[in-house]
Formats: sequence, C-alpha cells, structure tokens
Amino acid sequence: MIALASAIALIAIAAAMLMNLYRLLVGPDVPTRVLALDTLVINAIALVVLAGILYDTAIYFEAALLFAMVGFLTTVAYCKYMLRGNVME
Amino acid sequence: MTPAGEFAIAALIVLGAFFLFVGSLGLAKLPDLMRRLHGPTKATTLGIGSLLIASMLYFLLGRGELSIHEFLISTFLFLTAPVTAHMVAKAHILRDKSSRKKLPPTGRRAGWAAVEGPPSQPSEPS
Repeated sequence: MIALASAIALIAIAAAMLMNLYRLLVGPDVPTRVLALDTLVINAIALVVLAGILYDTAIYFEAALLFAMVGFLTTVAYCKYMLRGNVME
Repeated sequence: MTPAGEFAIAALIVLGAFFLFVGSLGLAKLPDLMRRLHGPTKATTLGIGSLLIASMLYFLLGRGELSIHEFLISTFLFLTAPVTAHMVAKAHILRDKSSRKKLPPTGRRAGWAAVEGPPSQPSEPS
C-alpha cells in the first residue's frame, strides 16, 4: 500500500515540478521566476523525503535539510538583488 | 507494521502529494503574482508537513525509533516560508511602477510607507 501511495505521490510531484518549470520559463517578470524557483526547491525536498521512505534509509534527511537551507538563502539573495542591485552592501 | 499504521502512512503520503500538486497548479494557473503567491506558500508547507509526518510515522512504526530530523526540516520550512513570501511580495511591490499609480491617497502628510518610506521631515511637537 505504501509503494502504491509512493508511486501516486511521485507522479503528482513530477507533474507539479513540470508546472513549476513552465512558470520558471514563461513567467512574465523576475519575481514570478524567483517564486517558481522557490517552489521547485520545495518540491525537490518533498521528492528527497519520499525517496527516504521508498528506499527505507534515514540518510536522505541531511540532504533535505541542506536543500531547505540553500533554497531559502537563494530566494532571499535573489530578492535582495532585485531590490538593491546588490546582495551584501 | 500493523495494517492501520500502513494505511495512515499511505493516506498521509497521498495527502501531501495532493497539496503539493495543488500549490504548483495555483502557481501555474493564477494570473497575477500576488495571487500566485497563495499557492506555494500555503499548500506546499501543508504538503511538506504531511509528507514529513508520514516519514516520521514510517520510521517510528517500522524501526521503533523516533527520528528528529523531520522536526528540524518542518520547523525550518515553517519558519522560512513566510519570510520568502514576504520578500517576494516586497520585491514585487517596489518594482511594479504601474500599480503604484492606482493606490488611493493616504489622506495624511506621509505617503504609503512600503513605497515611499518614512516622511522626510518628522513632525515636530509644537
């Protein structure tokens, strides 16, 4: 039952990432693309956690935590760059 | 693992995947950045939250040990998701020149604080 649920979740997350990629490529302005990139990172975290359940190992959680931290820092740095033209002043 | 626990884990995984899908669908379908922000910031944290609860239950029922990593990830995501949404919204407000003309007047000496900043001359008590 867990394998079936994981297969359904994999399909749903893959479709969600494709929609994020569409918004990242098409998105009319820069903040929309940054938001699409942030959502893509969150979907990647979900994929890593799901891989941890599917392969029955606990070593993927560090990867998920690193993804969360790097994704947050990337979004904040992009927003600072959009606002100020510089990341660190 | 008991069948009830297995069913709970499968239901939580499907629920989390559904919320992730809905959040990305909102990001792709809605017409405006301020409306597009609703999808990812709410639904994706719900989706990640239920996926992490499913993972925690899986390792608790399968191995009999409580793993704390999911707490770390969910706490970090719940703390940072509002911050990123606020930063993206602020960047959009300060970059969008066309919506600035549509703002109603504030009726005070100072303008809108998010757009124009604090008033240049602070009011002196007379």
